[in-house]
Amino acid sequence: MSFPWAQQYKPTTEFGQWMDDRLPVGRMIYNSLGAGYPTPRNLNYMWNFGSLAGVFLVVQIVTGIILAMHYAANAEIAFDSVEHIMRDVNSGWMIRYAHANGASFFFIAIYLHIGRGLYYGSYKAPREMIWLLGVVIYLLAMATAFMGYVLPWGQMSFWGAKVITGLFEAIPLVGKPIQELLLGGFAPDNAALNRFFSLHYLLPFVIAGVIIMHIWALHIPGSNNPTGVSVKGKQDTVPFHPFYTAKDGWFLGLALIFFTGMMFFMPNALGHADNYIPANPLSTPAHIVPEWYFWPWYAILRAFTFDFLFVPAKLLGVLAMFSAILVWFFLPWLDKSPVRSGDYRPRFKKFFWFGLIPCIVILGICGGAPAEEPYVMLSQLASAYYFAHFLIILPLLSRIEKPKPLPNSITEAVTGKPLPQAS
Amino acid sequence: MVRFFGILIGLFFAGMLVYSFGRGAVEYITNPPTKAVEYQFHEEPKKVSFASDGPFGKFDNQQLQRGFQVYKEVCAACHGLRLVAFRNLADLGYTEDEVKAIAANWIIETPSIDPSTGEASTRPPIPADKFPKPFANDVAAAAANNNAIPPDLSLITKARGGGAPYIYSLLTGYTEPPAELPEANRPGPGLHYNPYFANLNIAMAAPIIQEDQVTYSDGTKASIDQMAKDVSAFLIWTAEPSLIKQKQTGWAVLAFLLIATILAFLSYKTIWADVKAEKKKKEA
Repeated sequence: MSFPWAQQYKPTTEFGQWMDDRLPVGRMIYNSLGAGYPTPRNLNYMWNFGSLAGVFLVVQIVTGIILAMHYAANAEIAFDSVEHIMRDVNSGWMIRYAHANGASFFFIAIYLHIGRGLYYGSYKAPREMIWLLGVVIYLLAMATAFMGYVLPWGQMSFWGAKVITGLFEAIPLVGKPIQELLLGGFAPDNAALNRFFSLHYLLPFVIAGVIIMHIWALHIPGSNNPTGVSVKGKQDTVPFHPFYTAKDGWFLGLALIFFTGMMFFMPNALGHADNYIPANPLSTPAHIVPEWYFWPWYAILRAFTFDFLFVPAKLLGVLAMFSAILVWFFLPWLDKSPVRSGDYRPRFKKFFWFGLIPCIVILGICGGAPAEEPYVMLSQLASAYYFAHFLIILPLLSRIEKPKPLPNSITEAVTGKPLPQAS
Repeated sequence: MVRFFGILIGLFFAGMLVYSFGRGAVEYITNPPTKAVEYQFHEEPKKVSFASDGPFGKFDNQQLQRGFQVYKEVCAACHGLRLVAFRNLADLGYTEDEVKAIAANWIIETPSIDPSTGEASTRPPIPADKFPKPFANDVAAAAANNNAIPPDLSLITKARGGGAPYIYSLLTGYTEPPAELPEANRPGPGLHYNPYFANLNIAMAAPIIQEDQVTYSDGTKASIDQMAKDVSAFLIWTAEPSLIKQKQTGWAVLAFLLIATILAFLSYKTIWADVKAEKKKKEA
């Protein structure tokens, strides 16, 4: 489906016509990423991060496939095979540093993409499925990144794998068998490394598949926009190509400048020194921390320090950590305010900028810090706000808040002139 | 229904967390945590700069050669360099013949198989070999070193948070334990006080102890500070042999991206000119 004024695909060559009658790939691309997709004219730069995340996924898949040609998934030689890539493979250091930093940039892009959705209400009707698929993509990306970090088989790889799979142990009855199934043994070893490598190679393609559904679902209602007002006429939109391909294009260049700046000049800034020490099951690092993009969740996990009746603190932490992400699945039904954009919701806007965003930042800082005071207390307050924000504040806010008047149309919001009546 | 259960779950989690916070805060006030002794006496690495630092940094090959000499004469007896091959030394400016000679005369031989009997044997290394390990295995290493295994140095400047300045500080940081150091934290038998080491007591005795411990062939005065700095610079290279190439490639990539991004930005401006003009009219 598309808007009735969408430009129609017309093959310009005989071959194009021949293909269009048999396998209309060109038509599909034209309608999804080309001129055939009418897009709101007022998108701001927060709408650039979806395509950016897509580009970084491609970077990860391409560099990852090359790395897999030289990497050996065996606990005896995995660490040395990574160093072989760094030292002996032609430009191997470039491929590996692109892959290591590309993961971080993928997460930067999707965090900003998710944040944009949260602020502008992109999860609300009729875009619930886009949001739900997005949460699935995020969960898959977390699993993929976690398993990828294990592959170099350094100290943080090994102990990270041990701690994260150890979380399942907290679940009563089935926890221990689940942990053993994940690891293929009682502790991380060759079996774990091999299955992680296999899944690390598989999941990005699953992600790519879910992204196709994510975009498919997007093209039913079309893109949201900063006003949150639905598209009402032709003047509200511009064709995706050339308008947003050009905007995404130059912004991609800007993002790549930051990315290459990181990977060529400070490639290990986001990593952990301990991961350059080969895995040693007999020597526990002083501070076991996951990669930065997991820090907020790690802080929630560690924020629970007291048992609740018969439920141990560790299990509470595990439940809370998973709930913190699973709550996103219910977001479209928790926040029932009919107004999408935070720009027109004065109270929501305050809770967002002065509540949720600082709370995530504090959780991130606490998650990366050692488990000592004042970080534990800070993460307890921030986690409490996190759950209150999604589960208490948003549902109640949509009842009591008086939204600001919405513009009649996107065109009116942009040009000040009313949208011409559709003929 | 979703909201009803949501609020209940939210109240439960938030309540547990606020309760935990309260208990933690009471504990914090009534029984404030004391900083571990290690924290009080531990020191951050000294500020020291190397030729390879910064986006325009380059290795000083003379210094790397001096550092290699320190490694060879001071460190190599206990610390391996298992990820570096003799052929890599060509990067430091050694000629092919010099590399061959360094390998052939190395203080440790490479494990091999006797070609006539098939029994385990050793032979002098060749340039294609990695640096042979100083100990046959970890057990032998621990047995010879008061139960501490000397770490391999190939990646050491990347494997320690403080990097090369940490190595330099550690090498030059041996002192007498301060008088106020509690008895429990004083070095036990076979340990040595060093405030730059995480737990203050390190098994390695001070390796660089006197001036002119090595005789530099380029005439540089071999002060303790100079030797520590040179070997730290050498270990930057062993950890990241392609460091300078990375920076040079980075500049070329950035120059290309900058031009490409400016062109892409200009085409974006051109494409949007008409649509933006409508918006301008509103503001005018």
